[in-house]
Amino acid sequence: MLPARGLTEPRIARSDVKVRARWAARTLSAGGSARQAVIGWLFVLPALLIYAAFVLQPLVLTVQYSLYRWDGVAPATWVGLSNYQAVLTDPNLFGTIFNAFRLIVFFSFIPVTLGLVVASVIRRVAAGSLGTFARTVLFLPQVIPLVAAGIVWSWVLSLTGILNQLLRALGLAALTRAWLGDFDTALPAVGVIGTWVLLGLCIVLLLTGMTKIDPALYESARLDGATAVREFIAITVPSLRNEIAVCLTVTVIAALASFDIVYVSTGGGPGLATMVPGLQIYVLAFSARQVGLASALAVVLVVLVLIVILPIQRLGRGSAQ
Amino acid sequence: MKIARGELYTGRLLLVVLMAITIVPFASMFTTALHPSGSVPNGLDWPADARWGNFVDAFNVANMTALLSSSVFIVLATVPVSLVISTMAGFAIGHLRIPGSRLLLLLFVFGLTLPFEGIVTPLYFLARQMGILNTRVAIVLPLIGLFMPFAVFWMRAHFVNMPSEISEAARIDGAGTWDLFWRVHVPLARPPIASLGILMSIWTWNQFLLALVLVEDPTQRTMAGALGAFQGHYATDIPLLSAGSLLILLPTLVVFVLFQRQVVTALLQGSVKG
Repeated sequence: MLPARGLTEPRIARSDVKVRARWAARTLSAGGSARQAVIGWLFVLPALLIYAAFVLQPLVLTVQYSLYRWDGVAPATWVGLSNYQAVLTDPNLFGTIFNAFRLIVFFSFIPVTLGLVVASVIRRVAAGSLGTFARTVLFLPQVIPLVAAGIVWSWVLSLTGILNQLLRALGLAALTRAWLGDFDTALPAVGVIGTWVLLGLCIVLLLTGMTKIDPALYESARLDGATAVREFIAITVPSLRNEIAVCLTVTVIAALASFDIVYVSTGGGPGLATMVPGLQIYVLAFSARQVGLASALAVVLVVLVLIVILPIQRLGRGSAQ
Repeated sequence: MKIARGELYTGRLLLVVLMAITIVPFASMFTTALHPSGSVPNGLDWPADARWGNFVDAFNVANMTALLSSSVFIVLATVPVSLVISTMAGFAIGHLRIPGSRLLLLLFVFGLTLPFEGIVTPLYFLARQMGILNTRVAIVLPLIGLFMPFAVFWMRAHFVNMPSEISEAARIDGAGTWDLFWRVHVPLARPPIASLGILMSIWTWNQFLLALVLVEDPTQRTMAGALGAFQGHYATDIPLLSAGSLLILLPTLVVFVLFQRQVVTALLQGSVKG
């Protein structure tokens, strides 16, 4: 496209300044680009060193430990890949990964789906102060430590807790139980805590995305006689692909790498009903003193998170283009 | 927008129910905290004789002053250093575009999805080897390292959008690279630095796993770590546990209410960029 005549002159002038500035910068910095590169690297060095020392080095060590049998004190014995074999065949270890995937339902699918519904509700029926207030309140669980969420909900779900109190008041006393202590309900109960923590984040994120949707889309849909549900499916959800991908990424990592909530609310019990990889790594390394096995599980967890997250990232990026 | 009355009411009802589900657990904790220590009250039940003294007891038992100063120390030791070095790195990668920038960025981005559990075991042995196990330094140093992927990524995203003309003008005036960074670019980068600071402070305050593994004494831990220990000790005394937990939560809640808009914005941008 040809620029309008009036616009060409300042553009030339500006690029002229740019050229002169580049030239000046080059002549002024004695020693030239090699010196600039060294100075630039000095800027990166502190961050790089501490990252290498306390993240990359331990990561390499985790891989190394995973090939040994080691109790953390006595000399380690080389065992090759047998720790990995144990992780992938021992039902107690593999089961933790299965539990983590079941948690995705509560940590990701429910918050994202419910978040979409609630965000559209806020947009449609509570644009004013009720909506702002709801947003703030629902975001609250995101700010407190996960440990606190675990403690609060351990009490809510306990035998004398408010959930059972409510059930009795509704005449459903037969349903009451220690929700976190029952083999059938413990994992969903832990999952509900995750839903409670992550729903607010998803709502607020999706709401922000909704403000960017062109209102004309909704208007033309309405002229075509679209219902609210149709609008939601045909306009809202597709326009929010990016935000949905972000929500999924954050919540799926929270599910697969969960630790705090499980540690506080169930400790992995009853039995191993709520044992997740993160907690199992901790128990194996620091209680059972099986550092090699813990490290093999840690490597599997790291790889698993990468494998699950990469396609979700692609989903988000695809819509940006 | 025309909205049917039915939708209006069901929609608002849904919001009110969800807000109740968010608030009621805290309310239940509050009424429980007012019951006699050692009793097992019902979930939501205002006591005949409210024991406000439970909060004083919990304050003393939990050693709140020590906990607060420990957490503040850890935040002050972690966040400013992380801000300075990540801003420098983000500047060099995003703006100076030093040779190898792309590779460096890739190296940092790789750390974004890394679960802490993946490296916590070697961190324990490293800390033991360095003789910093059971000190706050054992939390601070790894935490700075673990913040780097996100922090560098975040600051780079800011610097990559800064027009190069700004730097070139400063160069003509004879500014060296450090002056350019410190006098020209850092003042311009205040908003993203502030958001990053808020985020990292919350994450430090709420950090549990590192505190649990690397420091045994709760009074040397972060707030979340201390809370975990408190729960471990007083799990059977529910009123005292509730009072203590509420006290430990109070600083976070106050900060959230005061800086609500900034916190929400920072957390949102954080998850979008992350």
